[in-house]
Amino acid sequence: MKLTLKIWRQKNAQDKGAMVDYKIDGIEPDMSFLEMLDVFNEQQINAGEEPVAFDHDCREGICGMCSLFINGEAHGPDRGVTTCQLHMRMFNDGDTITIEPFRAAAFPVVKDLVVDRSSFDRIQHAGGFISVNTSGNTIDANTIPVNKKDADDAFDAATCIGCGACVASCKNSSAMLFVAAKVSQYALLPQGRIEATDRVLNMVNQMDHEGFGNCTNTGACEVECPKGISLENIARMNREYLSASLKG
Amino acid sequence: MAKSALLKSSIAKKVAMALSGIFLMLFLAQHFFINMTSVFSSNTFNSISHFMGNNPLVQFVIQPILIVGVIFHFIMGFVLEIQNRNARPISYAKNNGAANSSWASRNMIYSGVVILAFLGLHSYDFWVPEMVYKYVEVNPLDETRYFHELVAKFESPVRTALYCLSFVLLSLHLRHGFSSSFQSVGQNNKYTKGMKGFGLWFSVIVPLGFVVIALFHHFNH
Amino acid sequence: MALDSKIPNGPIADKWTDYKDHINLVNPANKRNLDIIVVGTGLAGGSAAATLAELGYNVKAFCFQDSPRRAHSIAAQGGINAAKNYKGDGDSVHRLFYDTVKGGDYRAREANVYRLAEVSSNIIDQCVAQGVPLAREYGGLLDNRSFGGTLVSRTFYAQGQTGQQLLLGAYSAMNRQIGRGKIKMYNRHEMLELVIIDGKARGIIARNLVTGEIERHSAHAVVIGSGGYGNVFFLSTNAMGSNATAAWKIHKKGAFFANPCYTQIHPTCIPVSGDHQSKLTLMSESLRNDGRIWVPAKLEDAQAIREGKKKATDLAEADRDYFLERRYPAFGNLVPRDVASRAAKERCDAGFGVNKTGEAVYLDFAAAIQRYGKEQAHIKGLDENDTKLVTKLGTDIVRSKYGNLFQMYYKIVDEDPYTTPMMIYPAVHYTMGGTWVDYNLMTTIPGCFSIGESNFSDHGANRLGASALMQGLADGYFVLPYTIGDYLAPDIKMGAISTDRPEFDEAEKSVKDLIAKFMNNKGTHSVDHFHKKLGKIMWNKVGMARNAKGLTEAIEEIAALREEFYKDVKVPGTDKGFNQELEKAIRVADFLELGELFAKDALHRNESCGGHFREEYQTEEGEALRDDENFAYVAAWEYKGKPSDAVLHKEPLVYENIKLVQRSYK
Repeated sequence: MKLTLKIWRQKNAQDKGAMVDYKIDGIEPDMSFLEMLDVFNEQQINAGEEPVAFDHDCREGICGMCSLFINGEAHGPDRGVTTCQLHMRMFNDGDTITIEPFRAAAFPVVKDLVVDRSSFDRIQHAGGFISVNTSGNTIDANTIPVNKKDADDAFDAATCIGCGACVASCKNSSAMLFVAAKVSQYALLPQGRIEATDRVLNMVNQMDHEGFGNCTNTGACEVECPKGISLENIARMNREYLSASLKG
Repeated sequence: MAKSALLKSSIAKKVAMALSGIFLMLFLAQHFFINMTSVFSSNTFNSISHFMGNNPLVQFVIQPILIVGVIFHFIMGFVLEIQNRNARPISYAKNNGAANSSWASRNMIYSGVVILAFLGLHSYDFWVPEMVYKYVEVNPLDETRYFHELVAKFESPVRTALYCLSFVLLSLHLRHGFSSSFQSVGQNNKYTKGMKGFGLWFSVIVPLGFVVIALFHHFNH
Repeated sequence: MALDSKIPNGPIADKWTDYKDHINLVNPANKRNLDIIVVGTGLAGGSAAATLAELGYNVKAFCFQDSPRRAHSIAAQGGINAAKNYKGDGDSVHRLFYDTVKGGDYRAREANVYRLAEVSSNIIDQCVAQGVPLAREYGGLLDNRSFGGTLVSRTFYAQGQTGQQLLLGAYSAMNRQIGRGKIKMYNRHEMLELVIIDGKARGIIARNLVTGEIERHSAHAVVIGSGGYGNVFFLSTNAMGSNATAAWKIHKKGAFFANPCYTQIHPTCIPVSGDHQSKLTLMSESLRNDGRIWVPAKLEDAQAIREGKKKATDLAEADRDYFLERRYPAFGNLVPRDVASRAAKERCDAGFGVNKTGEAVYLDFAAAIQRYGKEQAHIKGLDENDTKLVTKLGTDIVRSKYGNLFQMYYKIVDEDPYTTPMMIYPAVHYTMGGTWVDYNLMTTIPGCFSIGESNFSDHGANRLGASALMQGLADGYFVLPYTIGDYLAPDIKMGAISTDRPEFDEAEKSVKDLIAKFMNNKGTHSVDHFHKKLGKIMWNKVGMARNAKGLTEAIEEIAALREEFYKDVKVPGTDKGFNQELEKAIRVADFLELGELFAKDALHRNESCGGHFREEYQTEEGEALRDDENFAYVAAWEYKGKPSDAVLHKEPLVYENIKLVQRSYK
């Protein structure tokens, strides 16, 4: 396959940055999108140019490190996958592919396609945990039975990989789906109920503080989420937040 | 957590937006039913209008609440929009929003601004003259004037067209706004599917009804 | 220097309790005066950082990723073992201990493994209390599945994302401590040197990967939890960034490196599709609970399939060779990983491989789909002979159990695994070898600890499925927090350690020199070019089956490649800022040394055991042939300037509780 790549190039956080056009040849449909970028970078290095920086690590869709806004969509046109699982068979010979970093005020660009998502970490620091000591001197695991449906829903929420596709896809750069996933996971489990009030207030407070936008319920996040985290979690967080505010 | 944070937080703003929206939709529904009577019976229309225009509860309690609700909904809409724009200072070179969301959901601010402009026109047409008639000039009561005033306004093809266009945007605004308001207040459950279906019908029937009323009076009188 | 494993005396079941009762403790007020550096934030590093901070120490944690949550533990799929015996199928601490030692082909240290089995059930209690959503039964209690190499169901799981859920649990515990200010987190930082003062580990030199700054960090102890070195093969199931640099730097500073040749090749990975391949994707071992592994029984069928003239589904039952069931009737498809991998390789080498490259075998769910379908039809009172209905019902069950894995396979290979068998092939997955540590998890450098995959201690020559998560969390949550206190007790009055000391100057200079060398090299080939070459040598000559000739060649080739690398590598850009090529260059430089030591270790071990298979040492049936008389020891290598000069130290393995026998899964 022959392709034209339009890639965002930005030297560092201070640089203004711009889209730059490149040509690439010899791409095979079985390559993953990131393997295509590997080939591109090899070509850049051999030509004495600087390779394009992009985040990636596990390359099996679970670490949440890879990002990229490809042809106007977070993680590209396929559904239920991260960029590392996107394969070139989704594109056609001769296509032009636009590759941009995830855009949000709370995700400043570090270099080229790499962004800083530490705002997500800070939201988790504010309340993404159950305050139990790690001594192991807790009660036997089976002392707390959990309704299977609740356990499954909590698991589904917990599969969030923290990639930021929700923020990138949202027209408002809202982080509601990400925060709601963690709030929901704990809200659904008896272990998590104890601190539910403080947790939701503190996490939402931090989310707002980081400069994410507001949720307009467009549903874009749910569609683009590689793990299919449901909008129901956002509704649950809204409920949790309202009842917590009334209590608090 | 301080109480003031409740009013400042993103979720609280969205809840306020949703609640005011739901209130405005209720208003819209009653407005729709009253106006619809004008198509079938000028007398019924006149008597209901007279009641609404002279009942002290409607005039001095519900009307101010409505005005506050409308103003609040718009101001909050702009506040949210500004925040949302600031949340992404550099926009995408290519953004395929249609791949994951509806046009109506992504453009609430534009449909909203058109509705705001329409409300200006609508107030200028009906509400302001009504206020002047009743409270400035203090004219005597006339239970039969409402239907004629209504018909007179729809003589102009330009005004009729502007009204119809606004109703299309109103439809789009409602189409997303209806289901969105329930999600914002935390309702996403087994009733959601039914609620969305109802919202879809609501967003079509109410604006379509207003279009029919406008066109009916334009062509029939 | 004689290796002292510091195993406590007494009966094995009492060792750990007894040890804990008699160690030195640091009082809570004094813990505030002690700093600990933790490198790596996976299950081991993350759980250690959280626990140490909770105890009161000041923790500085480092990871090269943009968040601690991204450590590669997150990719572990299948599950975590614990001797809970919830199923009442006869499990016990002793049985888990026994299975692990046997699974490790009798090359692990008994006392460590026993302790691991002992704390295993604490892990489950801990994780559930933290809100980790492990799979449950309808009654609300925890569910278990079975894994390779065991006869009981002791594996706890969260669909195919157990590692993710456990890591997020540890991450949440870290978040709590970061929020309290007890952990200072350094994301996008890579440790590049260890600082030793007066013979003790007292700090590290790290590079800020965003700004390029070289930073000094001091502490009273340094903990390495940086994972394994599987990426020495270039292609592996490890993450692209997984590297051995932290572990190798401490090795070069005096920490012995043990058993580097013990590397696990995982049998169920998606086969290589071409030269562009950047990594291999694992399909959870849990698939072998229901999938049947086979190749065509006839060579001509295999050839026809490779040429695309026949499909898997065209072959009748009689024309299929379910080689694991044939060779190992007792364990069948659930033999340990090393055995399953070698059996697949044996078939492919004999010409029975089923993809274009001839390096793939089938993993078939058709039988499971029918079995589950019939069961469902029976439960629902439907027609059990309606093939279409049974297939649909069975497919639904298989989807509920493995849906995410099947989807992953479909996205990568573009073939539907519900209707055509999956193709799998072994790939490098886990490294049992690593930094040598004593019972306290301390390396041969005082004050420098190594936990999780980066140490060598618990898995012997082969790791059983669902044991890596167990070991990482056991080390971090329950072992290190005790042993490190014993070490730190004398340091309570020391106060903060200055980073202005000459030892820091020297360490920083060596890092800066190395970076300058790469930046000024102006070679002609990219880092990946060399890494791929190294990977080929490793896979072909130091891979699943090894022999003296190949290993000797590999040692020479790797040394030559290393020399070429330093002469000809090209690192574009600048070191003053974000530079991924520079990051890779530093890591590959270490792999190029480690690879050689790996081959050297494999060459010296004249036996086959677990993941180390020497073609010269096998039984008549092609099984691994151990030599307990001469090789029942841990090979710990001391660095002496270059890998070829490394000096071997032996820690004899004494088995007092388990009788050494030839491992059999027949």
